[in-house]
Amino acid sequence: MSAIVIRQGLVIATSGSRVGDVLIRDGVIQEIAERVEAPSGAREVEAEGCWVGPGLVDLHTHLREPGREEAENVESGARAGAIGGFTALVAMPNTEPALDNVAVVAYVLERGARTPLDVAVAGAITQGRGGELLAPMAEMAALGVRLFTDDGMGVQNPLLMRRALEYAKPLGITLAQHCEDEQLANGGSINEGAVSGRLGLVGRPALAEEMMVLRDIELVRLTGARMHFLHLSTRRSVALVAAARREGLPVSCEVAPHHITLDEEACRDFDPVFKVHPPLRPRSDVSALREALRNGLVDAVATDHAPHAPELKDLPFDEAPAGMLGLEHAAALTYEALGGPDCDPSVFYQVLSRGPARVAQLRHGDHASRFSGHGGDLVAGEAANVTVFDPTERWVADRKALQSRSLNSPYHGREMLGRVRTTIAKGRLVVDRGELV
Amino acid sequence: MIDSIRGRSLLTLDDMSRGAMVEILDSAESFVEVNRRAIKKVPTLKGRVVASLFFEESTRTRLSFETAAKRLSADVLSLAVASSSMKKGESLRDTIATIDALGIDAVVMRHKSSGAAQQVKRFVPHVRVINGGDGQHQHPTQGLLDAFTIRQVLAERHGASGVETGSSLFEGLHVLIVGDIRHSRVARSDVAAYVALGAQVRVAAPGTLLPVDIGQWPVSVVDDFDEAIEWADVVGLLRLQRERGTGSFVPSLGEYTFTHGLTWERARRLKESAIIMHPGPMNRGVEIDSRVADLPAAVINRQVENGVPIRMAVLYLSVAGSVEGVDQ
Repeated sequence: MSAIVIRQGLVIATSGSRVGDVLIRDGVIQEIAERVEAPSGAREVEAEGCWVGPGLVDLHTHLREPGREEAENVESGARAGAIGGFTALVAMPNTEPALDNVAVVAYVLERGARTPLDVAVAGAITQGRGGELLAPMAEMAALGVRLFTDDGMGVQNPLLMRRALEYAKPLGITLAQHCEDEQLANGGSINEGAVSGRLGLVGRPALAEEMMVLRDIELVRLTGARMHFLHLSTRRSVALVAAARREGLPVSCEVAPHHITLDEEACRDFDPVFKVHPPLRPRSDVSALREALRNGLVDAVATDHAPHAPELKDLPFDEAPAGMLGLEHAAALTYEALGGPDCDPSVFYQVLSRGPARVAQLRHGDHASRFSGHGGDLVAGEAANVTVFDPTERWVADRKALQSRSLNSPYHGREMLGRVRTTIAKGRLVVDRGELV
Repeated sequence: MIDSIRGRSLLTLDDMSRGAMVEILDSAESFVEVNRRAIKKVPTLKGRVVASLFFEESTRTRLSFETAAKRLSADVLSLAVASSSMKKGESLRDTIATIDALGIDAVVMRHKSSGAAQQVKRFVPHVRVINGGDGQHQHPTQGLLDAFTIRQVLAERHGASGVETGSSLFEGLHVLIVGDIRHSRVARSDVAAYVALGAQVRVAAPGTLLPVDIGQWPVSVVDDFDEAIEWADVVGLLRLQRERGTGSFVPSLGEYTFTHGLTWERARRLKESAIIMHPGPMNRGVEIDSRVADLPAAVINRQVENGVPIRMAVLYLSVAGSVEGVDQ
């Protein structure tokens, strides 16, 4: 593997940032200095005016393989991830069949190993994500699975969730919950509120999410097991988790890019591309989530990248599946939500790299066997997972330019500020100047 | 805000100006006259093609629209849902594209999903889409024909023509809408029409049948139907879907009648001049007592009758885009 030198970027570290060069060789960071000598044959990556930080980690990617390869597969999802600056993805288990046993998990891990990125897997909590019987979590954990979730639908039965937490605790794994009480959500397709009432669409109330957050915090208190809260979308949900954390409970949470950049008004024209669960909320929630993100109350921005074949998004709003693309725009959207030109680069890498790497147990040393280390400061000896972000580039999101197999991006035509320029995964230059190498 | 539907689609009354509504009502007035002739046909839309796509069953609205189109001399393409390829798994988008490929000027459509008409408009932006009812969202021609019927009745009492009165008879008019507001596209269109035209609107419903955002509607909520009866100049009743009265929203149909039915006793307390309306089909004995439905104050058949001229006016303005030539 040839050497790479990243030239004159602002190298972002927890201890402070400074301009310099980064030398990468044999998959690891070899040297960071004001100026390094490039070995002969080294690739030069120009990063002047850009941020250089640890590779981004997505806790929440729907790669659709197996079962929905027309919408996405591991390979296309990894390409989209690389364009988005991600060096590690966690594949969600709501595939067909679900990732609820070692055979399917091993299949996805094997597909992931053929991509330049680290593709980890989240296993299902219950068999077939049916919400009735526990899946073989210990066997999957032995394959290296660290996150378990029935994402798409939370575990509804509180007794079963209690047992899942009790079972998970000694395995050293984390359960991740999609918090929405489906009975209160009532099959709705949009946030319950001014827009749903006006449009005559059944609403999913904020309470459906918050009640489940509250329930699960209490189950964590009861069992002592660790829990990660997926895509929180309301002010109150985030406040509940923050309060639980202050009490010392082992909880973490994420927000999705769309919940910090879009609000329920986007649904006014009945375009199913804006349909997602939990739904887009009122603007006041968007502001509250942004504030929580800036204040360190949220561990990660996680994309909930959810590709759907075009014919499914051509259905009427109430019949169309929920979910939108996220991988290729997440970095710019996070930058925007963190204040654009006022965005603190260390917070940017905190929520897109360090935080999610910790939750997914993908840091150096967490997973010595299968994956390289993610989310650490760029220091000599660390695995070379590096993302270069240009905070000044202006561009327009274009769904036709996506690497994803699907088109259901709600950002088509949006003016963006800040773009991933370079992605280096496991020492290999995957994206440079915003394009796949 | 839409100031005229000339040459445009009709998807909702939510964003329509008073002027645009009065234009439709006035235009409908001239078609009332056409409908009273021995030969009820004008050549206004001769050579134009109107597709009628009812993805949800509806005999009344469909007949009304198709009658309106035929009286304007338009050719009508009618898609029967039961025999359509939608049953074979064809998407809404492909169905519309296929119909569009046959060469059409307008689509009249009804669909069980809110927003379906708006989506179709996105799929075929060059076609005028007339919403004949979408889910629980809007039923614009019903709102218009209800407003038209009120204006007609009040204008007659004043010995004036509807056109002469414009929207003046709605100023301060007390309209009470009673029933399942939450699930009703008729209520959403009626409220938009009445409020735009200048009426004061109150709504009465069991707590479970009010929309969650009712506080943001331009109406006030009446907790007790009985307390608003004397106030009303117009009582608009809504159909109660029978499945709502089985305990899911309302404990029983009988209890609904007890709290919100227009019973004989309640009807006797109405103003003498009050107008009673219902979009049909009625559940006699549930939301309206059978004898009340047959009172002279109940203008339910007139509503049906006015459906044709209102839909003629909508098709005419939308498709021809000009008021010239009605009497050619």
